[in-house]
Order: sequence, then C-alpha cells, then structure tokens
Amino acid sequence: MTYIAKPKLNHPQAAINTLGFTRRHYEGTISTLCAGCGHDSISGAIIQAFFELSIEPHRVAKLSGIGCSSKTPTYFLGGSHGFNSVHGRMPSVLTGANLANRDLIYLGVSGDGDSASIGFGQFAHSIRRGVNMLYVVENNGVYGLTKGQFSATADQGSKSKKGAINSDSPIDLVSVAMQLGATFVARSFSGDKTQLVPLLKAAIQHKGAAFIDVLSPCVAFNNHGGSTKSYDYLREHNEAVNRLDFIPKREEITTDYAPGTVEDIEQHDGSVVRLHKVAEDYDPYDRIAAMNYLQAHAARGELVTGLLYLDREPEDLHSHLGTVKAPLNTLGDKELCPGAKALDAINASLR
Amino acid sequence: MKKQLAAVNDFVVKFANVNGSGSASANTLFAKSIMRMGVPVSPRNIFPSNIQGLPTWYEVRVSERGWLGRRGGVDLMVAMNPQTWNEDVKEIAAGGYLFYDSTKPMPASKFRDDITVIGMPLTQICNRTYTDARQRQLFKNIIYVGALSALLDIDPEAIKKLIAEQYRGKEALLDSNIKAFEMGRDYARAEFKCPIGLRCEARDAVGDQIFLEGNSAAALGAVYGGATVCAWYPITPSSSVAEAFERHCKKFRREPETGDARFAIIQAEDELASIGMVIGAAWNGSRSFTATSGPGISLMQEFIGLAYFAEIPAVIIDVQRGGPSTGMPTRTQQSDVLSCAYASHGDTKHVLLFPEDPREAFELTALAFDYADRLQTPIFVMSDLDIGMNERLCKPLSWDDSKLIDRGKVMTEEMLDAGTAFGRYLDVDGDGIPYRTYPGTHPKSGAYFTRGTTKDRMAKYSEAGPDYIENMERLLKKFETAKSILPAPVRHANKVATRIGVMYYGSTSPAMEEAFELLQEDGIVVDGLRIRAFPFHEDVEKFVAAHDMVFLVEQNRDAQLRTLLMTECEMDPAKLTPVLHYDGTPITARFIAGAIGAKLGAKNAQAQRSAAGN
Ligand SMILES: Cc1ncc(C[n+]2csc(CCOP(=O)(O)OP(=O)(O)O)c2C)c(N)n1
Ligand code: SF4
Repeated sequence: MTYIAKPKLNHPQAAINTLGFTRRHYEGTISTLCAGCGHDSISGAIIQAFFELSIEPHRVAKLSGIGCSSKTPTYFLGGSHGFNSVHGRMPSVLTGANLANRDLIYLGVSGDGDSASIGFGQFAHSIRRGVNMLYVVENNGVYGLTKGQFSATADQGSKSKKGAINSDSPIDLVSVAMQLGATFVARSFSGDKTQLVPLLKAAIQHKGAAFIDVLSPCVAFNNHGGSTKSYDYLREHNEAVNRLDFIPKREEITTDYAPGTVEDIEQHDGSVVRLHKVAEDYDPYDRIAAMNYLQAHAARGELVTGLLYLDREPEDLHSHLGTVKAPLNTLGDKELCPGAKALDAINASLR
Repeated sequence: MKKQLAAVNDFVVKFANVNGSGSASANTLFAKSIMRMGVPVSPRNIFPSNIQGLPTWYEVRVSERGWLGRRGGVDLMVAMNPQTWNEDVKEIAAGGYLFYDSTKPMPASKFRDDITVIGMPLTQICNRTYTDARQRQLFKNIIYVGALSALLDIDPEAIKKLIAEQYRGKEALLDSNIKAFEMGRDYARAEFKCPIGLRCEARDAVGDQIFLEGNSAAALGAVYGGATVCAWYPITPSSSVAEAFERHCKKFRREPETGDARFAIIQAEDELASIGMVIGAAWNGSRSFTATSGPGISLMQEFIGLAYFAEIPAVIIDVQRGGPSTGMPTRTQQSDVLSCAYASHGDTKHVLLFPEDPREAFELTALAFDYADRLQTPIFVMSDLDIGMNERLCKPLSWDDSKLIDRGKVMTEEMLDAGTAFGRYLDVDGDGIPYRTYPGTHPKSGAYFTRGTTKDRMAKYSEAGPDYIENMERLLKKFETAKSILPAPVRHANKVATRIGVMYYGSTSPAMEEAFELLQEDGIVVDGLRIRAFPFHEDVEKFVAAHDMVFLVEQNRDAQLRTLLMTECEMDPAKLTPVLHYDGTPITARFIAGAIGAKLGAKNAQAQRSAAGN
C-alpha cells in the first residue's frame, strides 16, 4: 500500500495567503485513516492554521511517534520534512532537532497511547525542558492502531469494545503539562474548528513549550460492542479483510458552541463527553488558578476546553543553554574546530 | 638476610586505599612524578562501584622499557586499608615490600617472612600535626608520598613542581602540601634504609608522550570532530566523556563576541532519550553524539535500528564495562561487541571502531563523525573502562589543519535550485549511499519523510516486498563501501616467517605488544594484527588466510569478535583459537603469553602424540 498523492489542481478562486499560497500548499497525501476519524479533522485544522499564518511549509519540521495519530503528519504540510520516529519517543527526537536548528518551527504530533503510556516520560521531560515547539496530542482514550486497548487517558470505569472495564485512573495530560511548566496549555476538540484553529495558531507562534490536548474520537473502537456490523464482528467472521475497508462509514463529529457554555458531545459508541469552554473573561495567566479550575470542573465530570494557561514571557531550552543565535547546524570548521595550535597547548599541559 | 627484590625503573607499586579518603590525587602525584623523571609509568584504578568506604586500589607499573599494559604481581604494597589487609599482603611477590601505617602495630602473624615490612606511624604523625579531621586524612596521603619518594629514590623536585602546578594561586594549600610531603620524606630518611631495592633513576624514555584519560581524549575528539550536540545519561565508566566535553566546549566553543555557546549538552532523562536527541539533531544536520556503557546500549536498541534503517548519522561512544546486566560496573571488559554490531531487531549491522589508547580514542572519535555523515549510519566507538578511566602515556594528540569537516552527501539549496534530481534513498553513485537534505533547505524541493517503516527510493511509504529488498540490499552495499573508508588494521610484523598469527583489538594492545616479546623469549614467534574496525578490512581475511593458526585475544567470555569473524567472513572456527580474559581486570602480557604458550604446548604435545601413533 502506498499513499495516494492528491491531484495538483488549484481552484482559480481559491483563497491565497500573503505568501501567495493556497490551502493546497499546506496539504499532504490523502489520509488512510478511518473515515470519520477525529484525527483527520485535526489535520484539517493544522492545514488551516499554517495557511492562515502564511508560514512557508518548508520552515516547519513535523515529528511524530507511532500510532494512527502519529501517521497524520503525512497528510498535511507535504512541503515540510517529516519524521515518523518510534513509539512514544518523538519528544527526544524533536528536542535534538530543535537543538540543531532553532530557526525552524517544530510541530510534534502524538497520540494518547504514544504520549501518556510508553512516552509519558519523554512527554514530561520535553515539556519541563521548555523545548520551543507545538506538541499536539490527538487524544481518543484508546490505542487506535493496535485495535482498541485502553490508553492511560481512558476514564476510570469506562468500557472497552470488548466489554472490559477500565479500573485505572486516567492521566490528564493538560494538568501534567501545566504542572511541569509548559508555557502554553490548551485543550480542544477535533470537531470544533472555530476553537481549535485559533488555538493552533497561537501555539505555533508561542516561543516555548506549547501543548494542546485535542479530544479526537475514534470511529473504529468507539462503535457498538454487540453490533454484527462492528469492525470486530466482521474481522472475527472474515479473516481476510483489510480492516480499513470494513470500518462503517462515519461522519466526523463536529460541534460549535459558545465560550462559557457546556456542550455534551455524543461519541460514536453513544457515550457522552461533556465539554466546558472557558468563558471569554477567563484569566489564562494564572497557572495555579487554572489548575484549580481544571480540577473543579473535572470533579463535575466536565472537560474544560480553550486556552487554559499562557506565560507571556516564556523562556525556551536555547535560552536556558545560552546557545548562539545561529543554528548549530550552520556552524563550520572555523567555529567548531580549535585546530592544531590549541592541541599543541593541550599536549603541553599533559606532560 | 632475607631475599629482597631489586630493580631499577621496573616494578609494580600498588596502593590499597579506602574509597573517599582522598588518596586519588596523592597517588596520581606519585605516578606523574616518575613520569617527570623520564621513566614510563602506567597506572590503573581498581575501584568499587561505591562512593565511600569500600576498598579501592591504584596500581602503578614503572617500566623503563615503556610497557604500558598491566603487568600483574605487586612488588611494593602500600597497605592503607585494614579491611583488605590479608589479601593485600598475600598479593606481594616473594622478596617484595610492604609499607603500612604502624600507628597500631600489627602482630607478627599478620606479616609474611618472605617480604620486607616498612611500618610508619602515619596516623600518629598526622594527629600530632593536624587537628582538623579531613586534613588528617588528606595529608596522610601526601606524607606517604613523601616517604615513598625517599624509599624509591624519586626526585623530590619533580613532586614539588607537580604540587606547585596543582595549587597554583592557592598559596596556603601549596605550602601545607609541600610541608606534609617533606615531613614524610624526612621521616623515611631518618628511620629507614633508603632507598630500598626498588629504585627510580632519571631517564629519557618518556619523550614527548602525554599522560591522559581516554574519556577526556574522546571528548576532545568530539570537539575536533565538530560535534555540537551531546545528549547523555550518567553511567560508569562513560560519564566523564560528557563532563569532559562540557569542559572542553566551555573553553573552545564560545562565540567570542557574545560568549554564547556553540554547543548544546543535555543530560537526558534516560538513554532512550539521549540517543533520540542525537538522532533528531543529526537528522537536522548537527553532528551529535552520546556516551554510554553496556546497559545504555541495551536501552538504545530500538532507536539504533531506526537510525540504521532511516539512515541517520549518530556517534555512540561505548565505554565498555563488565556485563551482563549490572555485571561489574567498575571493571573493564570488551563484551559489547556483538550487542553493538547487531544492535536492534531485524537485520542490522553497525560500524564499530576499536581505539587502542587515549590517543586513538581522540582520533577515532573525531573521525567517527565523518564516517557517520559519510555513511549516514550510527558509528560505535568501542572504548572501555581501561582506556577511558585510566591516565595513560601515549603519543601526543595531533591534528591536521588542512582537514575539513566532511559532511558526506548533503544536497544543498544551490544543488536543488540547479535542478539536481533528489530522491532520498536513490543510490546515485552506486556505493549504496544516498543524498540527504537538511530540513528547511528549500521552499519547493528536497523535503522528504523520514520513517522507520519501509519506503521506496523516493522515501514514500511502501509495504512492497521489492522495495524492502532493494532497500536492504543497498544497506548491505553501503556496509561494503564502509570497508574502504574505515581505518585499516595495524600489522605487527616479524623478521622471521611464522605460520602462527595473533589478532587483537582495543585496550589489549599494550599488553599484546609486550606479549610478543615474552613469547619470543619462549621461542614462540607470532605475527600480529590489530583490528581497528568492523566491517572487517580485507587485510583481516588475508591475515587469517596467511597463517595456519590464529589466536584471537579478547576480554570477554564468549569470544565475541571471533563470532563476528566467523559470521561475517565465514572463517573456519577451527583456525581461530580464542584467548579470553574476563575477570574485569585489564589483560596482562603474562596472561596472553602464558595462554598462547600453553595452547601451543598442548598442540605440540598432541601433534607429537599422534605422530607417535597414540
Ligand atoms: C515499542 C513498541 N511497542 C508497541 C508498538 C505497537 N503500537 C503501535 S501504535 C500503538 C498505540 C497507539 O495509540 P495512540 O498513541 O493512542 O494512537 P492512536 O492510534 O490511538 O491515534 C502501539 C501500542 C510499537 N509500535 N512499538
Ligand atoms: S482506528 Fe480509530 S484512531 Fe485509528 S484511524 Fe481509525 S478511527 Fe482513527
């Protein structure tokens, strides 16, 4: 299987940004995710955000781990270098890349399995180091690519498609990011473009560790357990199928609701997530208050969305390390090699 | 009168200390002062995996002939640790000497009648002179160095000069150290017959050699090799590589106008992250490296496979220690050969470099960055504790200023503008090495996707068998290409023709050099070949073909390099006789010569038996 390239046709009336680029310049290959997967909506939002910001695609480095979510960088910013690394370890690769060239924009894309389970440590450490990046977790509460096991963000008491009850408490990545010193923290929902796109734009422009947790429903593993039309049922009754062909076609879940209000979002499996959008007068500059706010709403069974915390004077890893302004990967022999004379002095000091 | 060992500039002194007692600098002072007299020394730290309280030893071999391998045996024991008294006393050669703190005299049963005992009331002297507890402890060490200088006839001026260098600008410390040194020296001269049978005499046998540790040398190699990113996680015996890199960088890598750092060093959260950062930085066009040891290598496996398959340069300095598992964390071995050569899952093969001493640790580390960029693959510098954590005499470091950083096949913006076709995994030159672009190079072309999954030549995701096979075959071709790039083995030739060969690598080198002579004294003539890289140079196969029997000397249990030779060169196992030393101490010439002699003796005996019809 290879990815299908999109036809390079441009609509004559397509909107162009200040670079003269259309949205097309920000797209990638056609997605191979299940129709209706929340991750595709996030890709769409990322495309829109970069388009609207008029960022040259080649100035972006997009990195990911392993998982359905981590596959998405292929589906946007085709003109950028991408890096699909190993499961859960995107943050270290991104950190290294950022050290080498501080001038690019770094977009890390990960899943809740990728970041909250196997990669929890790397997630945490990249945040606490203040790597200048936008770190997006496409959070569906399950392992999509390995077919529906619970991830560490799954709610306690929630039921898997196989009927298992999750007994572990969930990890709230937003709270963790805030606690570890992320300087931009937000949560959104894949189907709420009016909220997500501006958040992405703000995070891209933020000069520090920006984290967005995006709730992103999984069509395949949030469908009805007992159904004979479910993917599992079909798989069990037909060994030869390619799973993607048998995902029942689903519409993406979308929503549009006003700041300060609560919205119940029904998932593909009928379960409900209660989103609470922060009000327009919410103060995102107070980290402690933000953390309390999150906890208070969580106790009420609500997930708070919106820009939750922002440090207006962020520092990043390069400022901590005091590195030169020029990207390290542009330094040449003269700047790097002390030369034979210096070595003679070293030799002399070692006798 | 009992027999007393007598030798000039050819003996072994061993210091038995307690970890944390501050003896290290006094012991180094002792070794260096002999070097300053122009007499080659080679000291080795034998230390516990603990910070305080446990026994630690420092063994100094003095060898006018310049043998730098560990000799084995002890001629003079400086026994400063009551805990290890029995084993220390036992280790002294017959006719040898025991120097100890006689403040609390030992009963006669605690000595041996075939050694000479020299007791000096060190604690008493210290307690009389110093009131502060730490001072009492530290100066005790300097006092025994003073006494030894008299007993062994070491030039006191050499020692005083060293002390002066060490405490330059700290007059108070300088004076008190000199005073302690002289106190020890005067006492010994008054109370003992100085010198004893073992003596130092000034020579001119050191020449322009330098005295340094392999880890510091490797770190300097990384500076000269143009590394800008170092990501690491602490582990003995490799931590001092990163620490030294930081020291060197602070000196050499500051932007003059701003003082800003032209380097980035990250102490990562673990080895997985450290190699991940190295890979990310190298993908993005910075030379980057990590330093670790066996357990770290184990953790890095998945990422190393990614770097191999996605063809990303990385330099990994592996300072080997005793394994498996935590094994002997503060002892030396060469036991990561296979785990590095085949690191990760699936079919992988990696380039290994084997430095013999600090000088080569410097050279090969610097070169490793060129190899990594040219081959676009991980390169392992296979150092070990013996090289890394012991100060060694070696030829001075040298650098050719006309040598420029070789970044390998990198497609630039200009090349892309000129319309050069770019396919990330296209084998344009037929050497298996494709072109790469750094992220952000060009607005229209040159971008590609890096992934651990199979891809086609244009870096597009592919699960097609033929694409996979083509990719894997090209990687093999690249590995072949490596043979012509990597350092060739070094031949130790004989004047006399012989059918017996010995191959060895890395830190075994100094002991082997000496073993050649010991063997010759026994009438055994062998040719030698020091292997410096994997994949093996064609000379390695030629060497084996040219001899009837080849010994392969290694410091591990399972003859790992032999396995690699058998697997990769399809060599006849019967032709490769392993000589294995793996108790964690550096191999000695005596061991090598003994083992080879015994094996040849047995072979000869066997040959004679079968000739006689038995
Ligand atoms: C070391 C390792 N272990 C396990 C896997 C298998 N694996 C692939 S993706 C995945 C989980 C992905 O879940 P998530 O990050 O939530 O992404 P989603 O597919 O739900 O978007 C796992 C366990 C792997 N690729 N590597
Ligand atoms: S399995 Fe779930 S997460 Fe993966 S593509 Fe399908 S819907 Fe999306």
